[in-house]
Parts: sequence; structure tokens; C-alpha cells
Amino acid sequence: MRYEAPESLDAAIALLNEESGTARVLAGGTDLIVQIRADMVDPDLVVDIKKIDEMRTISEENGGWRVGAAVTGAEMNEHAAFKAAWPGVCEGTDLIGSTQIQSRATIGGNLCNASPAADSVPAMIAAGVTLTIAGPNGRRELAVEDLNQAPGKTALEKAEIVVSFAFPARGAVASDAYLRLTPRTEMDIAVVGVGVSLELDGDGTCRAARVGLGAVAIKALLVDEAAQALIGTKVDAAAIDAMAAATSAAAKPIDDKRGTKEYRIKIAGVLAKRAAGIALERARQN
Amino acid sequence: MSIAEADRPEGKVFKQIGKRIKRPDGVDKVTGRARYGADLNLSGMLHGATLRSPHAHAVLISIDTSKAEAMTGVKAVVTRDDFAEQPDEMAAAGELPVNYMHVVRNVMAREKVLYDGHPVAAVAATSMSIARKALKLIEVKYEVLPHVIEPDEAMKDDAPILDETLFTDGVDPKPTKPSNVSKIVKIKKGDIEAGFEQAEVIVERTYHTKPVHQGYIEPQACVASYSEDGSGELWVTTQGPFMYRSFTARLCGMDVSKLKVTPSEMGGGFGGKNNVYGEPVAMVLSRKSNRPVKMVMNRGEVFRATGPTSGGHMTVKLGATKDGRITAAKADLAFQAGAFPGAPIGPATMTAFACYDLENVLATGYDVISNRPKVAAYRAPGAQVIAFAVESAMDELAKKLEIEPIDLRMQNAAKEGTKAAYGPVFGPIGMEETLQAVKDHPNYNVPLGPNQGRGVASGFWFNIGGETSVTMNLNEDGTVALLVGNPDIGGSRASMSMMAAEELGIEAEDVRVSIADTGSLGFNFLSAGSRTTFAVGKTTINAAREVIKEMKARAAKIWDIPEDAVVWEDGHARPASTNAGDFEPLSIVEIAKKASTTGGPISGHIQTNVTGAGPSLATEAVDVEVDPETGQVKILRVTVAQDAGKAIHPSYVEGQFQGAAVQGIGWALNEEYIYDDKGRLENPNFLDYRIPVASDLPMIDTVIVEVPNPNHPYGVRGIGETSIVPVMAAVNNAIENAIGVRLSDLPMSPPKVLKAIEENS
Repeated sequence: MRYEAPESLDAAIALLNEESGTARVLAGGTDLIVQIRADMVDPDLVVDIKKIDEMRTISEENGGWRVGAAVTGAEMNEHAAFKAAWPGVCEGTDLIGSTQIQSRATIGGNLCNASPAADSVPAMIAAGVTLTIAGPNGRRELAVEDLNQAPGKTALEKAEIVVSFAFPARGAVASDAYLRLTPRTEMDIAVVGVGVSLELDGDGTCRAARVGLGAVAIKALLVDEAAQALIGTKVDAAAIDAMAAATSAAAKPIDDKRGTKEYRIKIAGVLAKRAAGIALERARQN
Repeated sequence: MSIAEADRPEGKVFKQIGKRIKRPDGVDKVTGRARYGADLNLSGMLHGATLRSPHAHAVLISIDTSKAEAMTGVKAVVTRDDFAEQPDEMAAAGELPVNYMHVVRNVMAREKVLYDGHPVAAVAATSMSIARKALKLIEVKYEVLPHVIEPDEAMKDDAPILDETLFTDGVDPKPTKPSNVSKIVKIKKGDIEAGFEQAEVIVERTYHTKPVHQGYIEPQACVASYSEDGSGELWVTTQGPFMYRSFTARLCGMDVSKLKVTPSEMGGGFGGKNNVYGEPVAMVLSRKSNRPVKMVMNRGEVFRATGPTSGGHMTVKLGATKDGRITAAKADLAFQAGAFPGAPIGPATMTAFACYDLENVLATGYDVISNRPKVAAYRAPGAQVIAFAVESAMDELAKKLEIEPIDLRMQNAAKEGTKAAYGPVFGPIGMEETLQAVKDHPNYNVPLGPNQGRGVASGFWFNIGGETSVTMNLNEDGTVALLVGNPDIGGSRASMSMMAAEELGIEAEDVRVSIADTGSLGFNFLSAGSRTTFAVGKTTINAAREVIKEMKARAAKIWDIPEDAVVWEDGHARPASTNAGDFEPLSIVEIAKKASTTGGPISGHIQTNVTGAGPSLATEAVDVEVDPETGQVKILRVTVAQDAGKAIHPSYVEGQFQGAAVQGIGWALNEEYIYDDKGRLENPNFLDYRIPVASDLPMIDTVIVEVPNPNHPYGVRGIGETSIVPVMAAVNNAIENAIGVRLSDLPMSPPKVLKAIEENS
């Protein structure tokens, strides 16, 4: 296995493009190294992207935020202004593994590992994040919910790398929240994860909302029906119940070692209701 | 006068016992200097790796190792052909005896593979990556057979039979058909039918528990080195170096004298390191390659192939009078033994009702083999499984009788003079004291909020003594070197140094305890059965008394007075009275310095089979909060009261109580093996096999109850195991108290709890 740690994105793309065998991008390594040790993947080339400056920064941009793909969960949570703007996204990264893992695990890695249960992804779907992807043919943009296709499978072409995450600008009375259910409080994988982002008018009417749902399908989902149940309402109990019902209805889980189908469908609604309540409370305090 | 009679603990003023000294192993453990099983590296050492069965049950038709053997870097390959057949012969192995015929088959599959992960072949190579690649070149032909996992399935007439030569023992007449039930045992007292006839209230329910793993952090690891002269050395993480010597020598066809076993530091065992797995394999690989071989399991191998404890299917029936006197207690239990016989049905049937003073008892145990790894001991083996059923039933009975659950237990508690159903008449035991301690604890009186519940349960464990050999050497500067043969799995180095210091009248820091290799001491039974502080401690005290006797003799020689005119006080030899002469006391340091001119080195050596272990009882209260929408259970408070007899080092005792409670909480709420439809383990890792993490737990509150054991000079009882026994039932009783529904299946994971809530609403 060859290990490379280029300092430019172009060099990283060139390395990946020239490799004829199995190539893998290494960010925090909290998934990749585990997979190598478990004999799930045996790469010929590993390209470490942590030395590429563009991928390691958090910056304000057009009233929103841009976060490099190799930024760690711990760095996002330590960035006070970003955390104030997107507390739900930070909640997601704050739940990945443990404190030690969060100091290595990156937002790009958590997405590109393509686990349906990744904790940062439902909140980013709810946030309406747009990805910037770079590859041999230049750069392109993609909605975050469109990247993953199935467990372990992304829409990235050969030698493409997710470079950064753009979080959109939004109104003053807005916030988000992420909740997951795990049997343990830490060091666990979501049985269900729900991210809710909403934005209110001055009179408290919901102007915009998005709901992301994880661990209940082959990939994390954007649940438009759930969002529509909130938009135009005062986000009262009836609206939240309708949103929760729509979230449960969108869940297409399987029975597996981490939970039953029946249980996951119920919990999707419970968490959606609770996450919406938290996001609403936060938005009203903004 | 016996030692015990001379030193009854009542009224004895201790100078060392009961202090919270710094742990002697602490610095090396936090700095990483401590050497665990995988930390030894020898020049020329090879790395061993094991090929394991992907099938739960299959005939092993052929194994072709030729391609692996031809690979560059591969120095040896072993299979079943490298191990001689072993006779049908039982051997002691801690709390669960084993049969050599089965040990050899568990170490390396012979006729059949019997579980996912069963070893089929092993390779030693110059690197781990070469060894792992070589495993892929070994061609194994299997004839896959139907498999069975759960004991109730395995007991059915049409179940796949694992061993055609196995006929149920304990049945008259002897069965004519082979069975997966290896044995039936019964514990009887009184007349069970008459007892139920006297009952005015009866509860009966069936309970299930899942097998759970000991969850030690350090995987099995060893280095074996076999010499051309026919001798061998084994460096290994083990609870019992002498047992590992017996097993490894036996399986490798060596004389015991030719094998030296050196125990490493222990990274947890809990009963799971009483039995050999890769050690004989590493030794044979070393013999074939003429090189040292290291074998270290990964976590997946630990889960797939090392002993968990049994899952149990149990029915418990209790009868009582309306005023709360239990008139009859009956338990039927079928335990999963795994691939070979040996589930802890003996201890389970014996302990089932041992907390109580009962007239009419019947406990029947079935030892059931199935396509899972062979069970190993786990902290009070069997007692915890049956206690989940019995103590849940006690709670149900208390509710039905409208008697406070501690009061019901108090009313029926076993006490000094109670004749246990399994035979003995108890000496002093602490059942009533632990019940009272929990009842008096502030936690038991904290008001509960919405969705919260409180549960209580009690537990019993025998404890053991056993073969023990220790040597105490007085060093030339007056410090003391104590050599013991039991790996320190719960603070024994600290407690031995304290007991030695107490006797000698010096500070514990002046006694350094070393764990011997098997060449340095006589046979020691393993660190199991909560025997170490009791049995090795008692032997250490006696060794110290030997040393004192000799020091007094040396002082007598120096003073030229009779030996019996010298006494030993506070680390000094003194004349017994002014009649004996007027001499300045001689300190241990002075005596040590003069030892070379007064007769040479001073030491004490004791070897004995220690008897008189005192049972330890525990009562625990657990408070929970249940999320009514998700079924998640949060543990709010845990109170553990256990009888230690006498706590030598209270921090270690509290740590044992807390650790046991935490393991029980994991068992109660989340831990389970998940198999796919082919019998393959789906969760062989700590991510999906969910032991609790720190954030799942409150501080575990402890009460050390001290009802002295009259058979130990200071009153010590073993304390390492009992505290796990009540936990699962206490959690269950708390959940019932919170949601109004009684669960009966472990683990009580969120989906099951939510389902129970919904079915009740």
C-alpha cells in the first residue's frame, strides 16, 4: 500500500487519477483504517487530504458558511460562530464516536463513507448544504442528499474529491436540530437520526423547512412531505404531529442487528417531533 | 489454638487493613509500562494467525494446507492432525470443569466444526500480513449441516444433533438416543408439592436471558517458545498460569516439568481467561517452526470463539402464605453450554434460592449444547442467570402480596444456621445486613418522578479457597518480597502487601508482591471464584507468621535467650518480659541486616489447600427512568450493598462492586449475540455488542457490609463476583415499577421495552 499526502488538490486528484488499482481518500481515517484492518478494503493507494489548506478551513461566505471537507467534528464544535449558526449540524458531528474520534473524524469523511446512519448527514440535508466536488474534469456542485446512492456507494466519479460544504444564508429567526436514537449514549451507530432546519417569518409563520432522515433507508433521505407539513404553519402541535407522521411514512427501514423495521418507523416520528421542537425553540430565541 | 481462633477479627485493631493505599500496579498501568499478553517480543519471533470456520455446523471433510506451506515467509501450519486425541477425562478449570476430549476439539476442530469461528487451522509466518494471506490459501472442504443456537430448539426431538456420542447424563434408565442435553441435575429440599399446597399465593413465569461475553478489554494473547530440547515457555495473559501449564502440556504431549508459564499483566478476565484457546496452538506452531510464535486474537475472534456465559431459558414458581412466608420455590432452567457440555447449571441450581431460608425447594438444570462457542466462567457463573428469574419472581410475589420487596426478602432471608437446599448449614452470612443497608441508604428514599421506577434484588455466591503456595522472603534491607502464584485481577498485590504488612508490623509499601511463573512456586489454583484475597491472603498471613517465628529465633540467638522469651510487636522483636532480659528491641531491618551471621536468609513458605471460604451476599437497588415514546431506559441510581467479611483495601472492594454492577447493567439492557439465519455471528465487535460506556452510567453507590468470615484471620470473604448477581433482576424490577409491565426477556433493549409499554396501554 502506497501512502501519499499531497499539499494541493490538483496533486491529490492527479494521484487518484493515475492509480490503476484501488485508491482511497484518507481524511480522519476513522472509517477507512477500521475497514482496512477488518479486511473490508485493501487499497493500493491512500491519499491523505489533510495537508490541503482549502479543505481544512471554516469561513463565512455570502452570508452563509463554507466548511472544508477535512475539517473535523471537534473543530466545527469549537468554532463558536459556526456552531451558533448551525447548532444541529454541530450536534450531529458531536455524536460521531467519542471525543477522541471527533478530533479525527471529518465532515467529508462522514459523508463519503456513505453510511446511511452517518450522524452529520441528516442535519446537513436539512441545512440544504451544497457540495463542491473537484475532479480531473474540473469542479462541480451537488446537493448533499444526492451524493450517496447506497451503503458504501457515492456519485463520485474516478478521482473526484468532495472539497467543501456550503451552508446557505438564511433569515434571522432560524435554527436547526439533530437527534438520533442509539441504545447507548455514546460510541454507537444511529438506529434512526433526524435533522430538522426551519426558518420563521416575523409573525412566527414557518417560511422554510427541511427534514433529513438517516438510518432508515439505503441512504439518508430528504423528506419533503415532512417539511411541507410545517411550511406555512405556526409550527403548532398539529403541524408538528403531521410532520412526524410524514417522517415515519418516509422511513423505509429494514430489520437488522441495530433495530427492527417497526421500531425504526415509530422512532423516526418521535425524533422528528422532538427535533422540530428543539429547532423551533432555538429559532425563536435567535 | 488455630489461627482463626487466635485472631477473631472482633476487637482487633488494624494498622494496615482498611487503608486505601496507592495501588502498586497503578503507575505502570497509566504510563503504559505494564506488560500485557501481547507486549513480549522475542528475536526471531513469528506471528500466528488462525483460520476459523465460517459455518455454524459442518463436517470437516478435508484441509489442504500445501499452498499455504509453500508461501514465502510461512514457517509452520497446523491442523487437527497436529494434536493427539485426548481421553474422555474431566479436569478442574476454575468454576467450570472441562473435559480434555472437548478441550482438544475446541482448540482445533476435528471431525466437525461446531460454531462460527471454530479454529480449523493455524499458520506461523514472519509477519502478520503474510500469516493472514496464507490463511486464504488453505483449502477446506465442509459438508454443511443444519445448525441450532437456542437451547429450547436444541432440546427438541428433531433438532440437529451436535455429538452422536452424547447421551443425557442424570436420566434413569440411560437414554438410547443421543441428545443435545448432556446432563440433568437436581437440587432438592423438603417436599415441593406439599409446599405449593400450603401456598396461598403463587407466581410463575418463564424468563429468557441471552448469552453475554465477559467483555475483557485485553484479547487473548501469548508467546510460545518451544526448544529443541523438548522444553517450552509460554508467556500469556491468564487467570491461571498453572492451569494453562496443565492444559498446554497435556495437549502438546509435554511433561509438566518441561513447560514454564509466565503470566503477563491482566487486562481483564472475569472468568474468560480460565481456559486455553490459542496457547497450545502457538506451542505446536513453535515446535514445528523452531521459532517463538506470538498469537494475539482480534476482537472478532474473541467474540466468535472465546467463552461467553450461557443464555438461559428458565421457569420459576414461588408459593407463599398471605403473610409472606415462602412455602415452596421451584426452578427449571436450561442453559446453553455452547459447542461442548459444561454450562454452569450446577452453580445455578445450587444458588437459585440460596438467599432464602426455605423448607421446600426444587431446582432442575439442563445442560444443553448448541452451535455456539463453548461457554466459559463469567463472574458468579450461572448464579446471575437464574437470579434474573428468581429475583424477578420475588418482586412479582411481593407486589401480589402487597409486601415491600425488601421486607419480603428480610422475612425469608437465609441466616446463620440456615440449611441451604444445596447442602451446607450456613455460618455467619450477611443477607439480612445487606438488605438493611440498602433500605437505610438515602438512595432508597429519594422520591421518584414521572416514568421512574425502583427495583431491588439480592444475590448469592459461594466463593472458594483452593490450592495455594506462597513464599515470603525477608530482603537484606528489611523490606519484604512476597511471591504469589495468582495473577492480580482485582487488586491482590495491594491486599497481599497490606496483609503481610499487618502481620509483620511494617508498612504495606515495604512489601513488594511479585506474580510467580510456574517454575517458582508450587501449584496455585487460578484467580477465580473470588478466592485470591481470601485464600492467597490467608496463606500470606501464615507465611508472614513463619517469617516472624524465624525472626524471633534470630533475635533470641543474638540475645542468647530462649526463643519463647521473644515476642514480635510493631515490626520489632522484644524480650517477652523483663525476666527475659533487658535488651533494646531489634527492628525487622536490624534482624535482616544480621541475617547472614545468624543463620542465613529468612523466608516463610506455605503451601496448602485453603478451606473455609465464606459466601458473600449482596442486595442492590436500581432506579430507572423509561422514555415512554422510545423505550429507552436510563439508569438513575444504583446502590450496591455486599458483604465483604472484612474489606482489606476498601477502594478495590468498591471498585469490584461498581464493575460488577456495570457489567450487569449492560447485560440487562443491551448485550446480546446476534446470529444470522446461517448461525454466523453478526455483531462480533464492541460497536454492535453494546457494553455500557461511562456516559450510560450514574456513579454506582456502594456500601461495604462486614460480617466477618470466621475462617479467615481478618474475616475476609471473596467479593469479586456477587455484585453482578442481582443486577439484571433489579433493573427489571425497576422497569416494571416505572411502566407497570413485567418484562421477562433480556436484554431489555429499547424496542422490547417500547413494545411492552404499547401492549399495556
